[in-house]
Amino acid sequence: MSIDWIKLLFTLLGLFIVLNYGLLQYGMIRRITARIGKRIGMPVYQPYIDLIKNYSMRSQITHGVMFYLGPVFRLAGGVGIFMFMPLIYGSYYWSNYSFSGDVILIMYFMFFGMLGMALGASEGGHPYSFIGISRGLSQFTTVEVPFTLAVIAVAVQHHSFSLTEIVAGQQGGIMHWNIMTNPFAGIAAMLAFLGMMMASPFNVVQAPQEIPIGPPTEYHGTYLGLLQTNRAILYVSESILMVNLFFGGATNWIELIVKSFLVFFWPVFVGLVFPRFRIDQSIPWFLKLPLILGIIGIFMV
Amino acid sequence: MEDKKIFTDPDLTKRTVIGPNGEDITVDPIQDYFCDALPKKHEPKRAKIFESFFNWARAESIWVLGFGTGCGSIELYPLLTPRFDAYRFGVQMRPTPRQANLMIISGYLSVKTLKRAIRSYEQMQNPKFVMALGSCTINGGMYFDSYNTINRLDKYMPVDVYVAGCMPRPEAILAGFEALKKRIKAGKAEGANLYAENFETYKKNQKKIIRDWNMPDYNW
Amino acid sequence: MEKIIQHLQGTFDVKVVKKQRDDLYFVTVGKEQAIPAVTYLRDAEGFTHLVMITVADWMEKGVFELNYIVHNYELHADISICTNINREEATMHSAHHLWEQAWTYQRELKEMYGIDFPGSPRVDESFNLEGWDNIPPMRREFDTLKYANETYFPRPGRETHDPAAYMKQKLYPDE
Repeated sequence: MSIDWIKLLFTLLGLFIVLNYGLLQYGMIRRITARIGKRIGMPVYQPYIDLIKNYSMRSQITHGVMFYLGPVFRLAGGVGIFMFMPLIYGSYYWSNYSFSGDVILIMYFMFFGMLGMALGASEGGHPYSFIGISRGLSQFTTVEVPFTLAVIAVAVQHHSFSLTEIVAGQQGGIMHWNIMTNPFAGIAAMLAFLGMMMASPFNVVQAPQEIPIGPPTEYHGTYLGLLQTNRAILYVSESILMVNLFFGGATNWIELIVKSFLVFFWPVFVGLVFPRFRIDQSIPWFLKLPLILGIIGIFMV
Repeated sequence: MEDKKIFTDPDLTKRTVIGPNGEDITVDPIQDYFCDALPKKHEPKRAKIFESFFNWARAESIWVLGFGTGCGSIELYPLLTPRFDAYRFGVQMRPTPRQANLMIISGYLSVKTLKRAIRSYEQMQNPKFVMALGSCTINGGMYFDSYNTINRLDKYMPVDVYVAGCMPRPEAILAGFEALKKRIKAGKAEGANLYAENFETYKKNQKKIIRDWNMPDYNW
Repeated sequence: MEKIIQHLQGTFDVKVVKKQRDDLYFVTVGKEQAIPAVTYLRDAEGFTHLVMITVADWMEKGVFELNYIVHNYELHADISICTNINREEATMHSAHHLWEQAWTYQRELKEMYGIDFPGSPRVDESFNLEGWDNIPPMRREFDTLKYANETYFPRPGRETHDPAAYMKQKLYPDE
């Protein structure tokens, strides 16, 4: 078996681009949030400084092996989603390691990071971590249900589990996008996307004002830096996934960035308008409207 | 006084529990649940350029531990409002001491609060700074003759910046942030190392007034 | 209100009645009768709200004056049942069975003044001063300034001015 070095290089380059894009996007979000609150807000490059500072902390403590591995697993989840997702349709090098059936692998990686985080946070021993992680896992499980239904609907529609083929089926104008051809599945996935991004209505897991910051309570320094890196990669990867699944993919970088930027801002603006759900409100919410829409989406096909 | 019954916390007393195989396990929570390794001094990076670069990052990204004491915690909230907006200067609030760099002691400290403040301070990680607001932390302020509030904070933990006033306005606190940034960039804000070096002295002072010391000497 | 006071005088051995306002009376009774009087006010006259239990330290007379202030929501009136207890062996009957918040008041009084309330739940736990080993700090024989100077490292250079004289000197130095 020969390794395509150039392809690996391009994948790593894509990872680097996505990392920077995610950090800048996070800065932009904080900036826009501040503007809506009539503040000026932090500089756009603030996430970079936070990252450097976290990597330069002098002393760190550990609570055991799993405490180390928690952020590593989380990062592996984020990178895993990215690695197996085609970025740009029609390009050999920018399609990363996508293969037939990559949607299933990506769905698995989404949960993988969460589970790794659960193991690591439990090792920390802080009671708030337990509460946070149990909330996070239960919410994420219910988020997965409508999202999986929507993905299955799309897969049935295109007779394929390969993202590349799903994107290929959507080429040819806006009316071919899955959000148009199968609106119910699209809406269900968009609603589930809100929960995946942990923006405001569903951010009870990690909000600083709740049980202090939830799972990463004990994480600091380099661990937190890893988590921040992962957040940048993961959120961008998830929005690229949404672009691929429902918005026709992208044929060049500019189209990709514009589309994922707009998709990314959907949870942000929803989050700015709606107050936070409690965990016992958000779980039934996901099991009502998005679930029904997802089931209708399957029957539509 | 007459014989006062000593109250002990049931969670912290020594006890024996029966293990899964029927054996007896003695649990001493102060020994077992906490780690009592003493703080170490962490030298700055050898290469000057790295250290000054990291100091710049530390100065521009100050994460404040939300620990409010006394009247000054009320003065901290306006910092995040549109009028003052401390986010512009890279100041953010963190809810847990593990992730915070700066601890703001915002007013008088009673002995009971000091005990909690020391615990939170020791849980913060090495480049850590303390900012003390108000005259109460400088010389006791209007509580200088109280039986229960400390007079000088710098006897109990190393303080980087004092902001005078009773209470200081948010503008003064912003000026305090600027002073702290200058100090960090100049590499003078080595409070954590100072604490590790003079650990005996600080502990002696702390134990002088905290009489029921039911925690390990240093709890990270 | 008058009627209630008269009824109190008829039922209990009332020593002094002091009318502060139309809706605020201070009624002094003996030590044994304070809790029965408070119980009577709560159960029969509708003074259901315990405003506070507080104490005044009369060092010259050698007594603590305990006040149980209760409030009636219909009349919007307060009555304070006062009683004097001996300063040296300060014990008082507990009121924890009447209001649960009396627990905390009694815990605080035990800690700050050394007044014992036998039978009150958790009265021996420390309230604010964890591990205090001196005489209770709110007793008037306790010298707080001396204690603070000995304990809390006063910063040198502190000076005190009479505000009136100092401001006069500062604003009108010529006069």
